[in-house]
Amino acid sequence: MSELRPIDRIAGTAIPLRGNNIDTDRIIPARYLKAITFEGLGAHAFEDDRASMPNHPFANPAYAGASILVVNENFGSGSSREHAPQALKRWGIHACVGQSFSEIFLGNATTIGLPCATAAPEDVETLIATVEQSPATPMVLSVDAQSIEAAGRTVPLGMPAAVRDSLLTGQWDATGLLLADFDEVRRVADSLPYVDGF
Amino acid sequence: MGQTLLQKVWDRHTVRRLPTGQAQLFIGLHLIHEVTTPQAFDMLRQRGIGVAFPERTYATVDHIVPTLDQTRPFADELAEQMMAALERNCREFGIRFSDLNTDRQGIVHVIGPELGLTQPGLTIACGDSHTSTHGAFGAVAFGIGTSQVRDVLASQCLAIDPLKVRRISVSGALGPGVYAKDVILEIIARLGVRGGVGFAYEYGGAAVERMTMDERMTMCNMSIEGGARIGYVNPDETTFAYLEGRPFAPAGEAFERAKDWWRSMASDPDAAYDDVVELDGAAIEPRVTWGINPGQSVGVSERIPDPASAAADGDAVSEALDFMGFTAGSPISGTRVDVAFVGSCTNSRLSDLREAARVVQGHRVAPHVRALVVPGSKNVRRAAEAEGLHEIFREAGFEWRGAGCSMCLAMNPDRLDGREVCASSSNRNFKGRQGSPTGRTLLMSPAMVAAAAVGGEVTDVRTLL
Repeated sequence: MSELRPIDRIAGTAIPLRGNNIDTDRIIPARYLKAITFEGLGAHAFEDDRASMPNHPFANPAYAGASILVVNENFGSGSSREHAPQALKRWGIHACVGQSFSEIFLGNATTIGLPCATAAPEDVETLIATVEQSPATPMVLSVDAQSIEAAGRTVPLGMPAAVRDSLLTGQWDATGLLLADFDEVRRVADSLPYVDGF
Repeated sequence: MGQTLLQKVWDRHTVRRLPTGQAQLFIGLHLIHEVTTPQAFDMLRQRGIGVAFPERTYATVDHIVPTLDQTRPFADELAEQMMAALERNCREFGIRFSDLNTDRQGIVHVIGPELGLTQPGLTIACGDSHTSTHGAFGAVAFGIGTSQVRDVLASQCLAIDPLKVRRISVSGALGPGVYAKDVILEIIARLGVRGGVGFAYEYGGAAVERMTMDERMTMCNMSIEGGARIGYVNPDETTFAYLEGRPFAPAGEAFERAKDWWRSMASDPDAAYDDVVELDGAAIEPRVTWGINPGQSVGVSERIPDPASAAADGDAVSEALDFMGFTAGSPISGTRVDVAFVGSCTNSRLSDLREAARVVQGHRVAPHVRALVVPGSKNVRRAAEAEGLHEIFREAGFEWRGAGCSMCLAMNPDRLDGREVCASSSNRNFKGRQGSPTGRTLLMSPAMVAAAAVGGEVTDVRTLL
């Protein structure tokens, strides 16, 4: 899963998902967390929303194969379950563009190599309207250029510098970085009075 | 200019600045449970990495635990698999585990504090968003995902972006029948479910200073529901008194030395904040959610909002009312409930159970209501039984269960059926949260849940006290 490589250009079609505060319980209902692997989660992305809303984009064949998810505000709020970005990635989503993301979701998505970029509300609306009208519109997202091209327009994107750098340098999985200077970790541990019980 | 607790704890735990610009932060306490860790341990095995500081990780089992029949193997094979995986992982990597055979099992955010593992000045991480609970002790505590659990196991560190601090000051005294739950619901209603993104919330003011540790935990627990992944209260004498004598708290002279250090980590009186919000505690009434996120609440004397009203996000109100089947402008009081749930990491501690018991004593649960009390830990359960609370609940018609997360997220047999409406002391009223995709949740304090159970509908608990 986490074969570390730089992530920059994501090309494909997009899937629009309107609404603010779409929480991770909706992205992947808790009953699918009852497993010891992430395998098979993709099939259950937005399962209950798909069942209760016949027009849900994830239930619409016009968006089958889309790789860029376009959302509104505070996407991925609530539970810290990494299962949420895992399910999206395994569904086939390779990047998200939205007005804003919940912090924990953003961290989880980045660490599995799923870029999440922000865009201005009017630009998000344009992207959503474009893809609602023509689901087959090809789009190209560039992490390096911080932009997405669609229907002859280039929309600027935002991304925290740390997220962008980690994706572009292939260090989005932090374990290696955190272990690089372990002597320093020991030094900090030894400097904390509670570590040896005061 | 003074510093905030967040800055002090952050500085003491920073290993280095990473090339990505993030801080590499040492994690003083790593709490783990069965749901968000099996993949993390597998990743360690795949990479041939061990656990760097096994003595700084502590495990329990809570999410999938049945609260009725805990005989092994569990009836649910998937739950049994997760339990067995955690047992194997803890054994293999030398991690302490409060499993079902010990008398210390319970919800991770209940046992950490009650065992004295949670202490001021620590950084605490756990694969669970309600890790913010531990901030009640003046710890910097936050939820992480599974890959980050792997990182903490491998290095005892996390790569993390700095946060701003918003001081939320609650003045005055809370009225009778008004609890920490009502205060935090009021704060989230006011600041919004995404108002806290990028912030740590520091709670203070006379009302918070007067709160018990249980109440402070309730406040900090729901910080994440306001978008803030960290919430904390500066440590004080209430904190120290709670910790003294706990199994993992320092003892004797070490406790005195610890207190000095803990005091030194509190925010300075002249600390600078990125934002300050003030509330009048006396003006807060018992609150109830009417919608599908925890920001959608009203006072119990108020009406369900109208999508047409200018102050609200109209589309979100309409979506919520549509899902809930509620009518704009109706009073929330009198809303019929089918289920009453006292439990969860937000409100399952001894004082929560005492308050709920005080309300139900001498009453009966309404005939159409299914009511259950799920203590947060075996310790809470034992202490409640020692006071006879279980008898009060049973006599009133509540079920008295074993410790676990239960119906808060229904990863166990406790769940809503169909469109049932649940008066719940938990933390999330998201669509489908309590196990039925069409089930409906009304968040409120444990005392308000008890009042709803007795009345069979949303009832102002102040009329029963």
